[in-house]
Amino acid sequence: MAQNSSSETHSAVTAAATMSLSRHGAWSGTSANGRAWQVLLDGIVACSIANNETVELQVEAGRHAVQVTSMRFLRSPKESIDLADGQVIRLSCRPRPSHPFIVQRSIIFLVASLFNHGLWISLTPDDPVDKDLEADDNGYGPRTEPETASRSPESAEAITSVREIVSAPTLDGKTGPAALAVQHLSKRFGQRTAFSEVSFEVAYGEVFGFLGPNGAGKTTTVRTLGTLIAPTSGSATVAGIPLSPENEVEIRQRIAVMPEAPGLYLRLTVTENLEYFAGLYGLHNPGPRIEKALEAVNLANRAKDLCGGLSKGLRQRVGLARTLLSDPAVMFLDEPTSGLDPVAAREVHDLVIGLRQRGVTIFLTTHRLDEAEKLCDRVAIMNTTLRTVGTPAGLREQLFKKALVVTTAEPVIGAEQLFTSIKSVENWREEGPGSYVLTVSQPRAAAPEVVRGLVKAGADVLSIGEAQHSLEDVYLELIAEDVEGHKR
Amino acid sequence: MMNLDAMHVRAVVRKELRDYRRKRSIVVTMAVLPLLFLLQPVLSIFLATPGTSGVALQSSLILPILYLLLIPTIMPSTLAAYTVVGEREQGTLEPLLTTPLRQQEFLLGKAASVMIPTLALSYTVFGLFLVAVRLGANSAVASAVFDDSPVILALFLLSPLMAGWGIGVGMAMSVRAAEVRVAQQLGMLASLPPVGVIVLLAVGVVSPSFSVALEFAAGLLVIDALLLRSVSGMFDRERLVTGAKAV
Repeated sequence: MAQNSSSETHSAVTAAATMSLSRHGAWSGTSANGRAWQVLLDGIVACSIANNETVELQVEAGRHAVQVTSMRFLRSPKESIDLADGQVIRLSCRPRPSHPFIVQRSIIFLVASLFNHGLWISLTPDDPVDKDLEADDNGYGPRTEPETASRSPESAEAITSVREIVSAPTLDGKTGPAALAVQHLSKRFGQRTAFSEVSFEVAYGEVFGFLGPNGAGKTTTVRTLGTLIAPTSGSATVAGIPLSPENEVEIRQRIAVMPEAPGLYLRLTVTENLEYFAGLYGLHNPGPRIEKALEAVNLANRAKDLCGGLSKGLRQRVGLARTLLSDPAVMFLDEPTSGLDPVAAREVHDLVIGLRQRGVTIFLTTHRLDEAEKLCDRVAIMNTTLRTVGTPAGLREQLFKKALVVTTAEPVIGAEQLFTSIKSVENWREEGPGSYVLTVSQPRAAAPEVVRGLVKAGADVLSIGEAQHSLEDVYLELIAEDVEGHKR
Repeated sequence: MMNLDAMHVRAVVRKELRDYRRKRSIVVTMAVLPLLFLLQPVLSIFLATPGTSGVALQSSLILPILYLLLIPTIMPSTLAAYTVVGEREQGTLEPLLTTPLRQQEFLLGKAASVMIPTLALSYTVFGLFLVAVRLGANSAVASAVFDDSPVILALFLLSPLMAGWGIGVGMAMSVRAAEVRVAQQLGMLASLPPVGVIVLLAVGVVSPSFSVALEFAAGLLVIDALLLRSVSGMFDRERLVTGAKAV
């Protein structure tokens, strides 16, 4: 009898449809519950399912290819299912009864290995469904067609919503499922602290910038969330999966990491490099996927070139193409424009903008504040500890009081008396001869009053405008605080 | 038991073999080194005096033939010493470890990709040796070599085990060493125990026989298994990526 697994059933998701899958039975000769089977949704491992367990996958409405596999060769046929908005579909999977002449599991395994098709597990919907959708030649279903593979936050959710779902703040102030949720994460190497007590959340489809000076712990954070190194304390959820040693492989199936140096095999061609990684991501017919990835980074005409003969910018693009292969739910880009010339950097920016438009969640570490301002929905500023998180505009507002910058032809005589007499001016300072910065709460309302006062005082006003603070100002303000703190 | 994905292992092997083919120094070393090892046994056979008695002749021929076993011992240790630390030095290890590839699959793929060319070359050289003996050696000497089939059999059976030893030692050095050069130098230590065995045979401390070969093979099998297991245990992802030991 099927029992709902408490750890696998969740309701805090606003997905369009629900797919409930129950498993009944294990292969004879295995332990009581048998080996965990893998559930593939649109060709990607969505979760594992033990015997007598029910898992619920929150998916977006539309067509999805579902398959269950055990030991890779023992698999169910691929069921293609059309789901309407709000629909709940229930499926059951079970081992097919052994053929009378097959007795030993080893023989089953060998035969299955030879034929490699879905004879061995039955996967049947408990409700009637539309089955007319066939998977593509890749075995990855329609989701992998890049021209139709625009990933909305919900589609990213489709492969990650099983397991624990946490909420992340989105830009419009609502909350949504978190692609990354980090709580009090710390990493120490002996006595040295790489980062400490870091907490933040990143929503699906968000481009999240991670800024900080050298040695701030940015790369170590990426490595920790990318399962390369283990945190010393704290917890995190990556692509919907809790960060833990036993979940490492599952997490790595759903993420892609591009380190600062792309790390290509220089004696292999571009295509051979991508073929290798496609194999590691389990793509059975990677050719079309590789072509699309290369087209996305404008490298289709260099596919047969040896990587050793490519410029640094082109290698970076190959690295980006590699991250696109697995259609990841979360992409970590560690200083992707480091060392690139402006033209190559702009090409990388355009790629990131393109990915953002497709709804890919991107965690971008960078030194370049203009880059963060241009590309990121929100940024975090880090210097071993997390200093602040917010939108670039929000941070500017948070850190800097609003001000008007006034320039006059000559220094204003009696400026002190004039500016203190204007009600909307809270504070003022002289930046130079004929240049003044006035702190106000509402610049647009205060400007006319200031101009009137200046004209009345006989000053020739050359310009007046709201003071603009860049992300660089925010960054320098926060990092300068740290430097001063250390000096003290 | 750990679930290993054969597709991952195949991907590693395919990539490694491609990489070997493109590296001229590896191709040249693989071509020349076995031929050098072939010279001494062939010369010994060609210079052997057929006048001695059959048993004495067979005994005098065993050592040069066993000398061929140095090919599957020395050759893989150098290649295996590059496997992990080489990836680390060229900056390819980090992206590799962010894929769903398990460390056991990675190590198995690396080991297999060293084992395949090693055995192919070793068996080719053994074949060349046997052809040379058949065509060029005195008929009495040739008969002595071919009549002593257990030695030939031991040669073929011990090769994978010797290669396993060389690969295990090489990979152990590769996992622990900070740079390729150090790993390759330390990996050469793999050849010392087999050389020691050959010396023991040469000075007559151990008498070569089929049962000795079998005991040696059984011991080597156990050692290889333990060695490969310990290499997996030594694989510290964190240290390899950051240079710092996991705490």
